[in-house]
Amino acid sequence: MAKSLTQEFTKGLWDEVPPFRLVLGLCPVLGVTTTLENGWGMGLATMFVLVCSNFLVSLLRKVIPSKVRIACFIIIIATFVIVVELMMQAYAYELYISLGVFIPLIVVNCIVLGRAEAFASKNGIVPSLLDGLGIGIGFTLSLSALAAIREIIGNGTLTLHKKAEIMFELANYAPSFEPFAFMVQPPGAFICLGLMLCVMNLIGNK
Amino acid sequence: MREMVLMVVVLTVLSSISGGLLAYLDDYLGPLIEKNELQLVKGPAIKKILSKASNDPISDSKYRFNLKDEGVEKSFFVGVFDGKPNVVVFETTGKGYGDKFGLLVGVNVTDDKIIGISLTTHKETPGLGGNAKDDPTWVEQFKGLSVIKPIKITNDGGSINAIGGATITSRAVCGAVTKAGATYMKMKTQVTEQLKSVK
Repeated sequence: MAKSLTQEFTKGLWDEVPPFRLVLGLCPVLGVTTTLENGWGMGLATMFVLVCSNFLVSLLRKVIPSKVRIACFIIIIATFVIVVELMMQAYAYELYISLGVFIPLIVVNCIVLGRAEAFASKNGIVPSLLDGLGIGIGFTLSLSALAAIREIIGNGTLTLHKKAEIMFELANYAPSFEPFAFMVQPPGAFICLGLMLCVMNLIGNK
Repeated sequence: MREMVLMVVVLTVLSSISGGLLAYLDDYLGPLIEKNELQLVKGPAIKKILSKASNDPISDSKYRFNLKDEGVEKSFFVGVFDGKPNVVVFETTGKGYGDKFGLLVGVNVTDDKIIGISLTTHKETPGLGGNAKDDPTWVEQFKGLSVIKPIKITNDGGSINAIGGATITSRAVCGAVTKAGATYMKMKTQVTEQLKSVK
């Protein structure tokens, strides 16, 4: 049941979009999505790790002995995570501060390890790259969507880039809007995620 | 047997390549990261201590100098008060309730008294030990204390009121300030020498 390359890429965008369809890797999904900037920042960081580790795992899949494959995957993933961490500290320090511990935690993100084990270690380089890219984009979009909804309701703003001051403030358009702070707190994340899952299932079942 | 050798070889090669790559990257990005830390973490803390100073030691590198203390480079930031460069701010570390913390201490060299302290990086519990950084009235207590005598919390016979529920943090901060004072006294001649050249 070999899928076409386009299918490998697009499955990550809807059919297997990680937080909603697979319901995997929920820790960062719930933890960082308080502002839109955090959402896409975390998404891009994960996507970078996912694509690079998928590529390398797939490249080395014939060399890595199956008994130590998990250890090898973790080394590869951890290396790329530290690369991301250092790059972020050097070029986007504010984002690094606001994402905090969630960046090192990408190492144990089950999406990344899951793709390495379930896909990249069994498939060629090109499908693995496309798989990583598709899942990564899907993950980034899901995080951004969840973060956008939470931020606009919970804080009345949408921050695309805080330092460059690219942001949207609802108060300029609807002065009487009262932010519903519950949404940016942890329980709000669960409820928002649940509602989004529900909507996605409704659409998918038709 | 062959498989076992292969396992060891693969893991070793993989780890060494990754280690090498990261060491190179760390070396390459290190200065940039340090600059970011200086501007975004230490910068505001130094400014808080030197809020009444007339100069800006963060953007102007002539108000900074480095000295070696037991082989370790230490950065000193100079604050100009009433037209005279008589305050130095430097960083020290301590061991708090949650891992190490960084602490900036500002000392007036004319009377060896503390003009202010500020926590930089820390992992104390938010709301308890974290108040050492977030509660400005608590760090106020250190203002005007002499660095010659050890600084202690009231439970230990000192003058600092500990933060409620965070005795370990309070004690650690006092210890770090005392340690900073000792370092300062040891290096005072060098520091005053350097200050003369700052105009």
